[in-house]
Amino acid sequence: MTMMSGADIVLESLKRLGVDTVFGYPGGVVLPLYDRWPAHPEVRHILVRHEQGAGHAADGYARASGKLGVALATSGPGATNLVTAITTAHMDSVPTLFITGNVGRELLGRDGFQEADITGITMPTVKHNYLVMRAEDLAYTFAEAAYIATTGRKGSVHIDIPKDVFLEQADFVWPETIEIRGYRPQTVGDTVLIEEAAAIINAAERPIIFAGHGIILGNAAPELRDFAEKTGTPVLNTLLGLGSLPPEHALAYGMMGMHGSYWANHAASNADVIVALGMRMDDRALGRFADMNPTAKVVHVDIDPAEHGKNIPTHVPIVGDVKVVLAQLLDAVEVNSHAEWVRWIDDLRNDHRLSMSVPPGEEMSQQHVISKIAQFIGPEAVLTTGVGQHQMWAAQFGNISRPHQLITSGGLGTMGFEVPAAMGAAVACPDRAVWTICGDGGFQMTFQEIATMVDEQLPVKMAIMNNGFLGMVRQWQELFYGNNYVSVAMSQPDFLKLAEAYGIHGIRVTDRSQVDAALKEAAAYPGPVILDFRVEAEGNVFPMVPAGASLSETIEEPQRVG
Amino acid sequence: MKHTVAALVEDRPGVLNRVASLFRRRGFNIDSLAVGTTEEAGISRMTIVVEGAEGIAVQVERQLDKLIDVVAVEDLTNLETVSRELALIKVAARPDQRREILDLIQIFRAQVVDVAPNSLIVQITAAGDTLDALLENLRPYGVREMVRTGVIALTRGARTTAVPHESAEARRFHSESGRRPEGELPFVTE
Ligand SMILES: Cc1ncc(C[n+]2csc(CCOP(=O)(O)OP(=O)(O)O)c2C)c(N)n1
Ligand SMILES: [Mg+2]
Repeated sequence: MTMMSGADIVLESLKRLGVDTVFGYPGGVVLPLYDRWPAHPEVRHILVRHEQGAGHAADGYARASGKLGVALATSGPGATNLVTAITTAHMDSVPTLFITGNVGRELLGRDGFQEADITGITMPTVKHNYLVMRAEDLAYTFAEAAYIATTGRKGSVHIDIPKDVFLEQADFVWPETIEIRGYRPQTVGDTVLIEEAAAIINAAERPIIFAGHGIILGNAAPELRDFAEKTGTPVLNTLLGLGSLPPEHALAYGMMGMHGSYWANHAASNADVIVALGMRMDDRALGRFADMNPTAKVVHVDIDPAEHGKNIPTHVPIVGDVKVVLAQLLDAVEVNSHAEWVRWIDDLRNDHRLSMSVPPGEEMSQQHVISKIAQFIGPEAVLTTGVGQHQMWAAQFGNISRPHQLITSGGLGTMGFEVPAAMGAAVACPDRAVWTICGDGGFQMTFQEIATMVDEQLPVKMAIMNNGFLGMVRQWQELFYGNNYVSVAMSQPDFLKLAEAYGIHGIRVTDRSQVDAALKEAAAYPGPVILDFRVEAEGNVFPMVPAGASLSETIEEPQRVG
Repeated sequence: MKHTVAALVEDRPGVLNRVASLFRRRGFNIDSLAVGTTEEAGISRMTIVVEGAEGIAVQVERQLDKLIDVVAVEDLTNLETVSRELALIKVAARPDQRREILDLIQIFRAQVVDVAPNSLIVQITAAGDTLDALLENLRPYGVREMVRTGVIALTRGARTTAVPHESAEARRFHSESGRRPEGELPFVTE
């Protein structure tokens, strides 16, 4: 056994966990940790410009690679700055580890300088958290934390470490196995329930699949395809499930939910059997719960038992890893095709395609720009977004074809996620192009990370959808508050000058005719680029399920609601 | 309707906070919460009575089970259980009323554990509704102060709430980590 300081144990533990990058920001109480960093060059430290940026970058890193994302902050304000990112990652079940320093042990609870009760603050927004009081517990804590973050329903885990624990000497003992009796994720589906589900699926006339983030987090896209093909079941995606089945697949019908397609929402409402896979029956995906589809039989596969029956009644709740359960189901179901039902959806799609198409005309709509970007970068690139209209249009027109392609904050809906998440993705995937579709609002929340990207040579292409508005909020004010625009129009800085200030390339695009050339120019430039797309100011995202309405009440054009 | 849920939890800092925080956040109404040690060192048992609609116990149980520090959860509502609650009730009692009160509480198998010139403390251990009944009968005399422990319950017969096994190393970590080391500076109090 080797004695070492708590700081060395932390860094040694990260190495054992295969962590190659930590996004962090120093401060008083983590100085002992930074002091030892040069002795551990295998762990790259990326100095961000704001702890929220570190957190979203760790999140983007994890979503792009499927590996654990790690962020670090100092006590007090450093730690509280992480909270939005911790919550964002946790709401979307992203495997992340957040490390904070705290004041020395003897000062805990005395309201000393930069003390925040950060474990108290993060408690309800993490899968688990720790306050480590002895250096000898650090290695075990890191091993267990990583195990919890990356298994079962993944999520964020937080470790808080008082300053003097970094300095305390202890033996480095790495646990061989992790065993937690209060945590036993079940991976294999109950065989009786599998049989019940198979019977329901085999007898279905109009089955539908809701495929969620779990398919992507659980690497179950191949199993999803096999299952859908064998049973002839059309597939709808939640926002975060996009990429689980490529759009050109005969059974892929795209996104359901608040801004899902007319045909997807009606297919969901008219199915007689719903097979929900790795999704949590969120209100944005399902609309008004009571009227989503009250007569359908619901088979719900999710690794988190608490999701079963939480929002809508479930007939067959199967707890398990969706990859394993899909393989079990595949063996149990019969070959089927539902030609008539598929044709019904196809007809609906043909009749309603217009509401999911790039609007005609010469206006530089976001739909036009985003589909151009998607076409240009292709599915091998990583695409992150902020939150708002541009996010929904990226979901609709981004041609999301593979897992881990689209990185977006679904559950928490965090504006400002786009730029740092793209930065994290660029670290995780140096061989892929990384583009981010930014809101002009969201971009201004976290663009300070451009400096980090310059330092670390991360060539992220930032396409700002500059509509001069908090677009999604403006859309709601237009549609649901009688055009009463309040605090939604924003002046913007000169984004090209901003690019110049950071020493990166900037391109302004004011007309459709310039789009292709601008994209080529951006891709050819070796470093980060800001693209300032002066898009249509008051376009609206349709189709839409007004808040509180059911999926069958999807509207395709502006109309007074309520 | 009332649901009784038992949770076996790691006896470590913050666990009560985690459980309380979960109930607050999910909007579960706690009727009573009793915590105490168990036959196994390092494991505490929480008996939680929740008020809510039919399906709520399932959500309570599953959300509790999601907490890493919660080792086992069981909904006792529809099981055969022995369930008890202890109450201390301070009743206003003139000397001339004492006899009457003593007769009354005897029916409930309660005891007097403290006597003062104008008051008594009655102690009762019983199932919740018996306790409520005694309380109703004491109210006319004037209940000056009362404290109840909250319900605790065990299933009848040999059956127990199953607790999975854990290795010695894991056990040590889960029972010791997160605690303040001995010999720290105490808070100055004057
Ligand atoms: C941090 C945060 N604050 C506020 C909101 C509420 N909100 C949702 S969308 C939106 C407007 C976003 O504007 P912008 O980034 O310009 O995107 P656009 O909708 O115009 O495409 C706002 C304010 C949010 N989602 N996140
Ligand atoms: Mg905008």
